[in-house]
Amino acid sequence: MASVFLKIDSLTKNFGSFTALRDISLEVFEGEFVCFLGPSGCGKTTLLRAIAGLDIQTQGRVEQAGQDISVLPPSERDFGIVFQSYALFPNLSVNKNVAYGLESRRSKREEVDQRVSELLALVDLADQGKKYPSQLSGGQQQRVALARALATSPGLLLLDEPLSALDAKVRAHLRQEIKRLQKRLAVTTIMVTHDQEEALTMADRIVVMNHGVIEQIGTPEQIYATPASAFVAEFIGTMNFVSALATGSGTFTHAGGSLDVSADGLKESGQVRLAIRPEDIYLSQGTDTPRLNQVVGEVTAAEYLGAFVRISLAPEGWESTLQVDASTDRAAALGIKVGAPAYVELPPEKILVYPEAV
Amino acid sequence: MAVTPSSLSAPVRPLKPKASADDHVMRLFILMIGLYLVIALALPLYAMFSKSVFDSEGAFVGLSNYLEYFRTPALVYSIQNSLFIGVITTVITVSVAFVLAYGFTRSRMPGKPIFKTITMIPILMPSLLPGIALIYLFGRQGVVKWMLFGHDVYGPIGIIISEVFFTLPHALIIIVTALSIADARLYEAATALRAGPVRIFFTVTLPGVRYGLISAAFVVFTLAVTDFGAPKVIGGSFNVLATDIYKQVIGQQNFQMGAVVSVVLLIPAALAFFVDRLVQKKQVALLSARAVALEPKPNKRFDMIMMVYAIIVSIFILGILGMCQFAALFKFFPYNLSFSLKNYQFDLMDGGGWDSYFNSIEMATYAAVFGTIIVFYGAYLVEKGKGLGVIRGAFQFLAMLPMAVPGLVLGLAYIFFFNAPSNPLNVLYHTMTILVISTIVHFYTVAHLTASTALKQMDAQFESVAASLKQPFYRTFLRVTVPVCTPAILDISIYLFVNAMTTVSAVVFLYSPHTTLASVAVLNMDDAGDIAPAAAMGMMIFYTAAGVKILHYLLSRGIEARTQAWRISSAN
Repeated sequence: MASVFLKIDSLTKNFGSFTALRDISLEVFEGEFVCFLGPSGCGKTTLLRAIAGLDIQTQGRVEQAGQDISVLPPSERDFGIVFQSYALFPNLSVNKNVAYGLESRRSKREEVDQRVSELLALVDLADQGKKYPSQLSGGQQQRVALARALATSPGLLLLDEPLSALDAKVRAHLRQEIKRLQKRLAVTTIMVTHDQEEALTMADRIVVMNHGVIEQIGTPEQIYATPASAFVAEFIGTMNFVSALATGSGTFTHAGGSLDVSADGLKESGQVRLAIRPEDIYLSQGTDTPRLNQVVGEVTAAEYLGAFVRISLAPEGWESTLQVDASTDRAAALGIKVGAPAYVELPPEKILVYPEAV
Repeated sequence: MAVTPSSLSAPVRPLKPKASADDHVMRLFILMIGLYLVIALALPLYAMFSKSVFDSEGAFVGLSNYLEYFRTPALVYSIQNSLFIGVITTVITVSVAFVLAYGFTRSRMPGKPIFKTITMIPILMPSLLPGIALIYLFGRQGVVKWMLFGHDVYGPIGIIISEVFFTLPHALIIIVTALSIADARLYEAATALRAGPVRIFFTVTLPGVRYGLISAAFVVFTLAVTDFGAPKVIGGSFNVLATDIYKQVIGQQNFQMGAVVSVVLLIPAALAFFVDRLVQKKQVALLSARAVALEPKPNKRFDMIMMVYAIIVSIFILGILGMCQFAALFKFFPYNLSFSLKNYQFDLMDGGGWDSYFNSIEMATYAAVFGTIIVFYGAYLVEKGKGLGVIRGAFQFLAMLPMAVPGLVLGLAYIFFFNAPSNPLNVLYHTMTILVISTIVHFYTVAHLTASTALKQMDAQFESVAASLKQPFYRTFLRVTVPVCTPAILDISIYLFVNAMTTVSAVVFLYSPHTTLASVAVLNMDDAGDIAPAAAMGMMIFYTAAGVKILHYLLSRGIEARTQAWRISSAN
């Protein structure tokens, strides 16, 4: 594994009596793409601004490339930044925007021009240099902002919700573009986003945040398959929750019956929340001899989503409906209809157990 | 840094961000401009307050000057007079302006641009000028004296007509703005719900502009109460607070009493100012909604009525303007109507002659150039600077303060502060410099607000990006901030220039025989009975201000055309 490039140690940020970040510690490796993911107000942007020196933390230490940069102003740090608003200088052409950080460094004019066209080629805007930002589309503007941030070859690239202002299609395209560029340049990158899809598709590792603390750090697979907390489970993807009581040896009783669970290191006792993803629930044919964790309920809704159908099931006695994903073919084969009963099985190894929120 | 047990148990102290070189430079500059505001505003006002509690010998007498003031019926009567003028002017001006603004925004009357231009004319004239015109129109030998049905124009009638003329554009600007932010969808919804035009007017239109109307009322009231020009020229024996200050200081050399009256005059002005600020905040909240612009539908009858109304108001304004020009061009209006330029031989009259006109241009140019630099840079530092929170807050307060300080009060405060023998700055007294300093401060607030608004509309992240690219702040300031804000910068400079040309109040206490100003010359010639030359000089001020305004218009158009390529962006 690459060496640690950015090290954040016990970082706290207060705004008056409000604590925006509480004791954050985190390491980012060289060349890594890390996403800060969380709902609005979780502190992800505050953390990014502390790393940039734009809003310096109340407490704690930030180390970049082995150097303590905790209290340094932005101009004495080494990073490039792209904002959601792009913040392109409206009165300067695309060329001049990209050259903005290069010009005063006593570099020769030809060298600057060369670097600018190199960067614009990199973001696929080679022929747009003479235009003004307002003459470009949103996606193009964002790429100019990216080129400008990369122009000085910063050690760290910070992206603050860079894609939020774009429409879905452009966003999906730029997602790949940025990722490709980042891999090619191997620049350590931190992106702030509230969009889980963005984080899952782009990041090497995701830092899930909530209420100023880190809930989980892990690869997209880890975050999705084994959420460390009920919050992460709920925030990433769709998750069914059931309140239940542990009765020992992996069996939990709840309002509508009981469920067997075979999760690793199962030690929960007392009141818990069981969780399972819709795609992990198996849509089965009804049998007279009940199978393990079989649940039957009336179909209250069936949303057609192209390749699959999301079925809402209301099993008798359950506190909430159960979301089940099934391929369109299978749903059709089993004759799933709103108002008719449907049988599902909850595989014990797919059920996650979280302590009941107090 | 090694973590020792003692540092772990130490009390938690927030990290202190290291200031960059830029931060240091910006702090230095904000302290410098802040110092300017302290010296040119806070200290003089303090000197005036303290003067009002000392006697002429310099002994502390507490509030006894105030007691004496309130025991002098003639002086106290002025409070009542001032309030009377203020209230009546406010009612008339706001009503007249509202109907006109309604016509400008809700009708398709023909000739709108012409009427809009005509109604802005009074801004380009010293407030003395309408008074002079009224003397010719309704005075003892007035051409249309019969229109007053035997009433005397000298006194409240003359003052109120002058003040309505003088305050109309100010009210109009505010109310037109308030009316133009109306959301067309509200009207569509009301019509769809089958509300009639009257009901729509009272349930949609009026509530939408109520803050604008309140704001306009306070602005007009303050202007009318603190104005000195009109009551001086046409007030006759009708005394108001502003003329009292002038008489106490210039006439009787009673500086203590002048200070007392100034403090009294500060009260309504300051009160109006703070209420207005409060209301403005609410107006902003109304604005933030995403509105669909209202396009008035053609309605022949309504459009005609509105046009006739606009014509009447225009005749009133052009009549006053034209009267001054006629009086100036005839040998002896209304007796000898032969054409003559003798009234332009200012060098033969009291008041400083042609020099005063050129002094005014010089002063206005300095005020525009230095004022714009100071105001814009100051606003930039307040908006974009880091750290020094307390000082930036104090700066903001000082920048808003001049709005609440009437010009006469400021001028008198300058006498107390800059003329004090113990003050090393008294070398400035009676110089061009002090006129420029006082004028910039006098008109600081509006200019500052214009700059702040423009700066707030810029992306807040420009500075962050520039810092990440390791660019010094002044480079971004010069290459991005200034070009993007050029329209606002031009507005500020033109505002300062025009006001420096037309103002009388602050400078009337500060000019010297070498630095007489055109507006003061109008006052002094009128005082000496040379009314026609006073009108002629007043018109010179008007033409100069109008010329500069046209220049500004052409310049703005040119810049707009040249920067059109990138300015579209600010629209979407």
